[in-house]
Amino acid sequence: MSAASKAGHVERGHVDHGHGHGHGHADAGSHGSFKDYMTGFVLSVILTAIPFILVMGNILGNDRITGIVIMGFAVAQIVVHMIYFLHMNTKSEGGWTILALIFTLTLVIITLAGSLWVMYHLNTNMMPQHMHMG
Amino acid sequence: MATHATPAMNFEPGRNPGVTIPQVDPTTFYDAKGEHHPEGSTMLGFWLYLMSDCLIFAALFATYAVVGRNYAAGPSPKDLFDLPLVALNTSMLLFSSITYGFAMLEMEKGDLSRVQIWLAVTGLFGLAFVGLELYEFHHLIHEGATPQRSAFLSAFFTLVGTHGLHVSLGIVWLVTLMAQVHKRGLVPENKRRLLCLSMFWHFLDVIWIGVFTFVYLMGVLQ
Amino acid sequence: MFSNPDLQKLLFGRLTLDAVPLHEPILLITFAMVGLGGVAVLGALTYFRLWGPLWRDWFTSVDHKKIGIMYIVLALVMLLRGFADALMMRAQQAMAFGPNEGYLPPHHYDQIFTAHGVIMIFFVAMPLVTGLMNFVVPLQIGARDVAFPFLNNFSFWMTVSGAVTVMASLFVGEFARTGWLAYPPLSGPAMSPGVGVDYYIWALQIAGIGTLLSGINLIATIVKMRAPGMTMMKMPVFTWTALCTNILIVAAFPILTAVLALLSLDRYVGTHFFSNDLGGNPMMYVNLVWIWGHPEVYILILPAFGVFSEIVSTFSSKRLFGYASMVYATVVITILSYLVWLHHFFTMGSGSSVNSFFGITTMIISIPTGAKIFNWLFTMYKGRIRFEVPMLWTVGFMVTFVIGGMTGVLLAVPPADFVLHNSLFLIAHFHNVIIGGVLFGMLAGITYWFPKAFGFKLDDFWGKVSFWFWLTGFWVAFMPLYVLGLMGVTRRVQHFDDPSLQIWFIIAAFGAVLILCGIASFAITLVVSVLRREQLRDTTGDPWGGRTLEWATSSPPPDYNFAFTPVIHDHDAWWDMKKRGYARPMQGFQAIHMPKSTAAGIILGVLSIVFAFAMIWYIWWLAAFSFAAIAVVAIGHTFNYNRDFYIPADEVVRTEGQRTALLAERV
Repeated sequence: MSAASKAGHVERGHVDHGHGHGHGHADAGSHGSFKDYMTGFVLSVILTAIPFILVMGNILGNDRITGIVIMGFAVAQIVVHMIYFLHMNTKSEGGWTILALIFTLTLVIITLAGSLWVMYHLNTNMMPQHMHMG
Repeated sequence: MATHATPAMNFEPGRNPGVTIPQVDPTTFYDAKGEHHPEGSTMLGFWLYLMSDCLIFAALFATYAVVGRNYAAGPSPKDLFDLPLVALNTSMLLFSSITYGFAMLEMEKGDLSRVQIWLAVTGLFGLAFVGLELYEFHHLIHEGATPQRSAFLSAFFTLVGTHGLHVSLGIVWLVTLMAQVHKRGLVPENKRRLLCLSMFWHFLDVIWIGVFTFVYLMGVLQ
Repeated sequence: MFSNPDLQKLLFGRLTLDAVPLHEPILLITFAMVGLGGVAVLGALTYFRLWGPLWRDWFTSVDHKKIGIMYIVLALVMLLRGFADALMMRAQQAMAFGPNEGYLPPHHYDQIFTAHGVIMIFFVAMPLVTGLMNFVVPLQIGARDVAFPFLNNFSFWMTVSGAVTVMASLFVGEFARTGWLAYPPLSGPAMSPGVGVDYYIWALQIAGIGTLLSGINLIATIVKMRAPGMTMMKMPVFTWTALCTNILIVAAFPILTAVLALLSLDRYVGTHFFSNDLGGNPMMYVNLVWIWGHPEVYILILPAFGVFSEIVSTFSSKRLFGYASMVYATVVITILSYLVWLHHFFTMGSGSSVNSFFGITTMIISIPTGAKIFNWLFTMYKGRIRFEVPMLWTVGFMVTFVIGGMTGVLLAVPPADFVLHNSLFLIAHFHNVIIGGVLFGMLAGITYWFPKAFGFKLDDFWGKVSFWFWLTGFWVAFMPLYVLGLMGVTRRVQHFDDPSLQIWFIIAAFGAVLILCGIASFAITLVVSVLRREQLRDTTGDPWGGRTLEWATSSPPPDYNFAFTPVIHDHDAWWDMKKRGYARPMQGFQAIHMPKSTAAGIILGVLSIVFAFAMIWYIWWLAAFSFAAIAVVAIGHTFNYNRDFYIPADEVVRTEGQRTALLAERV
């Protein structure tokens, strides 16, 4: 990764102002190598295929467990994409991208979990018959 | 000025930015030699945009999670979803991700024509994805499973459709960039734009993981 | 108009001549006044040949200072509209008792309270905040512009387009009658079939794009473009609050965009997100809209906190007490603001466990806010306080805001909220914090930074008159509402039966008149100051004995802000420089790299208005056409690679030479 970023560095001539230390600068974190991309691709093919097989073949025989397992695979695949395709790391942009990502993910979780929690309680309290429709 | 990347500084919170001007000298009040050039902000700015887009999807996912089981005596995911088609669609997007990666690798090497070829391939995979999605939508609507039928279908069409709209926008952007690369070559501006689109494209892939897992696979399970 | 109704529908959608409210005398008079005023302004611009300079130096400018000023001008203009709505409501409620129906029929009154809320939040408070941040932040961090100068111009014009769309609803068609958050099912297609809610949706969507982009822009600016030596913990407090506010903007506005998009799908396509049948759930709208809505409150108040922090330390001639705690309090508020949204709908019925959680988080958020108040008080303690106008606003804020905060904590108790929700007590509470906090803060900020922007101070006497009118006017206008709220009077009521309530409404109306005097005095301040500008001239660039970097440059600053990028050693950077014998650089000037002006922003803004108008009136051909035009202009703009230029060194030498002469003249 760091070798790749250095390579990308030298090549982009417009950044050359004679400064030695360019860690965590704009584009450094954004380049991957062929190996990175292929690793990411193979992993994501595997992580996509397994959930489809689990669901389509009903391998586990239990919907609830299957649901939890495929959620786990989804999280794993998202991490793979983040690392190998989006080249996330703790150093790019001086740590600001990962900070923004963590903050956003926190808010995504708050929005999703909060809405479900609030609306579930609302439905049980206000529309008890509604819950049987699903 | 803002767009010229210069690796002059490191703004890690809590750390002193590494600057060319000696920090130790407290009598230095200004950068007399004009050596200070702010670092390029485009990548960070674009990343922030992606984060905001991510929250749009969060709201749509939350809506789907809340009303997605309100079928209103209409069809449910089990009746509607065609998993082999979704698998095919997913593979289109996955392929397009790796081909975009190849385009970026060629960009690193500075091979203009190969960049264009891989971009074109990516665009075609993207088109295939959008085409398959449109086919699926057409099929559903034809069967009477329209967005107006139930809250579940409203949320389904909106969530999946918004993602599809993003991919379509990505294709328009890709074509624009191919024209710009054709016109001006791999100049720094174009490289930066290709990087932005790369982030956008892979980001849509990440969203799609959520869509196929949460909407299609989990939907069929229930 | 046409004999063929199909053709008319094709050409004009649902727009007919009836949409122009000629039968409403109030609107007709307004229309005539606006028309005459508009003609006068346009005539004056033509007569004084100002079109060229206006276009070249302002509308197409990407200079953050000019864009900031334009935001504030927009906000002040919209304040007049929003305040006119407020006066009309107060007048109606003061007279509409028993047999007297007042002068506003319900359908008109409902539009007015909706428009008042929407305009005050989205087109007064937001542009004030964004404008002030735009103007001040790059100067405070020693930058030459924001990270994305064109985007800044574009954001501004999108905000203007949203405002124009709202204003258009006054004269063509109607505005929403739903309250400022347009809850469904009232805002759904069945209950609001007219164009009102569509005006609301499109105005907010367009302005929302501008707000979001300017949020991204300012975050990138603060993160990436600080002067060397300015670590995070050496950033001025206003910049800190601006950073947190923009983080909130970027994280909250997408939710509003999404929820309004869902509402428009319900209205345009007939989906069932928020309908009462076929599985829709109107409460999901309320839930989502407040996930945006609560952070929005902090988006408005945090920059005001920043302004007060700067002013308190400047006018007490002291370092801000507890800088680090101020920063941490701001960050804590930023995060906590996402965990309190349900307190806006305790009575929805989520039950005690959910309500207690959100009640407690709401009370917790008052702790960092309280810490800030103590920090300001301790900064003033033993300081050499100068009670100039900005400081008056600050002290007025502290007194007012604390009361507003306490009624807020009271409302955070769910059982109390069951009694007080939707009452005038709530109205009094949020006006207490928004006027006493945001508006006082922004007026303080405008007075404080005005000399930086224009090179002369605002008139002291009229500034003080304005402050005292605002302060007393606020108390007289809103204390009666607290009382009425405790008596159980609900909000948004056009007519009352109980005559014993009337006296309170009359007092409140009198308070509104006092506020009107405050606004008028502020306008007089501006006029008097422009007339007396030579006496009020600031040649030093540092009229208040400032502490932060913006006071290091001239007033008004040159286009490039700083001839040399400053190097920072302390969070009161300019104070530190003055203390340690900073000498202004006189030579060695170099050419300065700057972004070019562009007309793309204003063109996109105008096209957006056309698009919104076409969508509102179902004029599909025009919508398609204007959307295509937006795409062409936007894509076309990306083909322009020639976006910057250099200010030649000799021009920098000339500009700096003039400043040297000015400074010498003073001595």
